[in-house]
Amino acid sequence: MTELFGVPAPALFGQLLLGLINGAFYAILSLGLAVIFGLLNIINFTHGAQYMMGAFTAWMLLNWAGLGYWWALLLAPLLVGITGILIERLLLARLAGLDHLYGLLLTFGLALVIQGIFRNEFGSTGLPYAIPPELRGGQNLGFMFLPNYRAWVVVVSLAVCLATWLVIEKTRLGSYLRAATENPTLVQAMGIDVPKMVTLTYGFGVALAAFAGVLAAPIYQVSPLMGADLIIVVFAVVVIGGMGSILGSIVTGFGLGVIEGLTKVFWPQASSTVIFVIMAIVLLLRPAGLFGRAS
Amino acid sequence: MAARGEPAAIGPVVAAGNGLRHQHLAIAGMAAALAVAPLVLYPVFLMKVLCFALFACAFNLLIGYVGLLSFGHAAFFGTAAYAAGHAAKVWGFPPELAVLFATACSALLGLVFGWLAIRRQGIYFAMITLALAQMLYFFYLQAPFTGGEDGIQAIPRGRLLGVLDLSHDLVMYWVVLAVFLAGFLLIYRTIHSPFGQVLKAIRENEPRAVSLGYEVDRYKLLAFVLSAALSGLAGGTKAIVFRLASLTDVHWTMSGEVVLMALVGGLGTVFGPIVGAAVIVSLQNYLAGLGHWVTIVQGLIFVACVLAFRRGIVGELGRLLGKPL
Repeated sequence: MTELFGVPAPALFGQLLLGLINGAFYAILSLGLAVIFGLLNIINFTHGAQYMMGAFTAWMLLNWAGLGYWWALLLAPLLVGITGILIERLLLARLAGLDHLYGLLLTFGLALVIQGIFRNEFGSTGLPYAIPPELRGGQNLGFMFLPNYRAWVVVVSLAVCLATWLVIEKTRLGSYLRAATENPTLVQAMGIDVPKMVTLTYGFGVALAAFAGVLAAPIYQVSPLMGADLIIVVFAVVVIGGMGSILGSIVTGFGLGVIEGLTKVFWPQASSTVIFVIMAIVLLLRPAGLFGRAS
Repeated sequence: MAARGEPAAIGPVVAAGNGLRHQHLAIAGMAAALAVAPLVLYPVFLMKVLCFALFACAFNLLIGYVGLLSFGHAAFFGTAAYAAGHAAKVWGFPPELAVLFATACSALLGLVFGWLAIRRQGIYFAMITLALAQMLYFFYLQAPFTGGEDGIQAIPRGRLLGVLDLSHDLVMYWVVLAVFLAGFLLIYRTIHSPFGQVLKAIRENEPRAVSLGYEVDRYKLLAFVLSAALSGLAGGTKAIVFRLASLTDVHWTMSGEVVLMALVGGLGTVFGPIVGAAVIVSLQNYLAGLGHWVTIVQGLIFVACVLAFRRGIVGELGRLLGKPL
C-alpha cells in the first residue's frame, strides 16, 4: 500500500474528500449567512435548523409522498424557502430599526422551537436516507476509491456557489442587491422595492441552507440536531472569512473543510476544535477576517 | 467620581445619590424574602434559582452595562463546575477553596476569551464567544478529567471552613444565599461606580468614549473578566450544591438559557436577571416530564420577548413605577 507522510494514501485521500464535502456545506451555509447578513443585518441563527428542515423535507417527500431524491433537490429548497419568506414577513420584518442583536436572539429562539418540534415528532436518533440509484457505486482512481455520490456533492456545491457568485456580481438583479446592501434608502428612492428584495433574499438564503440539507441527507443521518452544532462551526467559518466577500466565503468554506479533514488524519483528537483554533489565530492577526473589510 | 463624571452624561444613566434609595430598599426586601423563603419553598429548588440568578446577573453585567452579547457564557459556568468538582472530589479541597479555585479558573479563561473576543463588536462578538465556548465543549468532551458523558458525579459537599456541615440542605442554602448576595452586591457596586459609568458610556457611544480618552478595550476586558469570574462563582457553587458537573454545564444550550433568563427579566436592569432565573428554572421544573417541550417553550419565549416584551418583566415594572429597578 502506498503511503504519504506516513499515512496510507487511501485513508489520506478519503479524509480529504470528506473534508471537501464538509467544506462544501460550510461554503453553502456561510454563503447564505453572508447574503442574508448583507441585506438584513441579521445573523440567521435558524440557518442550522433550516438545513435540517431541508434534509427532513427530502425524507418526508420520499417516505410520505414517494418523491425521490431529484424531486427533493428541487422541492425541498422551495418549500423551506417559503417558510423562510413567512418568517421574514411575519417576524423579522418587525425588528427593523432595532439593535441587530435582537435578530440574533429571535432567530436563536426560532431554531430552538423548530428543533424541539422535530425532536418531538421524529425522536433524536437519525433516520436513514438512501443514496439515489443513479449515484450509487463509485470509481476506482487507482490511489483511492471515489464514491459517485460524494463526487456529485462536491461538484454540485461548487456549481451552486459559483452560480450564486455570478448572479450577485454579474447580473442586474445582483447589482440591485449589492446597492441595497450599501444603502437601502437610496435604492428604494430609485423605485426599487427593497422590502420585497429583503424578503426574497432571506428566502433565497434559507433555500440554500435547505439545498445543503438535501445534499447531506444521504451522507449523514437525517436527525433533528444535525444542524445545531454545524451552525456554530459555520459561525467560526464566517468570522475567519469575514462577510465582506461572496467568493471569500466560498474559498474559506472549502479551505477549512479540507484543513479539518487533514487534521482528522494526522491528529484526530483535534479535528473537532481545529476550526475554532484557526478562528482564534485569525482574530489575533487579522481581526476583520481574511476577506473582511475593517469596519 | 467628579473627575471622571463627564461620560455619565451620555445616555440614560441612573441618577446618583439618593435616587437609588428605592433600589437599596428593594435589595433589603429581597434579602429578607430570600432569608425566609426556605420556610415555604424547597431549599434545593431555591439554591438552583440562586445559582442561576447569580449566573444571569454576571451575564447581564456585559449585555446590560457594556452592550456586549456573549453567547458563550456556559464556558465559564461549566469550567468552574468542573474545576470545583475536580478540586473537591479528587484533590480533597474543602468547599470554600474548591469554589475559589473554580472562580479563579473562570476568571483566567475569561481573560483569554475576552482578550480574543473584544477585537470584534456586535454580532461578531456573539459569534466569537459562541465559537470559543464550543471549542471548549469539544475539549471537555475528550479530556480525561471531566468524565465525558458521565461528568463528575458525587462531588462531596464537605464542611465549610471545617466547621459547617453542608450535607444539610438548609445549611447549604444559607451558604449559597451568602455567596449569591456577595456576588450580587459586587455587581451592584460595580455598575454604580465610576468604572460602571464608563462602561455605560461605552455601551451608549463607543467612539465618543474613545475620544474622551478612555482605553475602551481595557474597560471591556476588565468587565468581561469580572463577568466570567462571577459566572464561575455561580458554576462552582452549583457543582458543590448538586454534587454534579457535566457536559450540560458547558453546552451552548446553557449559554442560550442564561441569555433567556436575562432577557425575560429585563436586560440592563438590576433585578431582572434574578426574576428571569426564577421564572425559567420554575418553568424547567414544571415541564421536565414533557420531553422536548421545554426547548419549544423556551424558544417561543425568546421570540415573544424579542417581538413584544423587550424590556422584560422587571423593565416593564420599572417603567410602570417610573423608577429604574
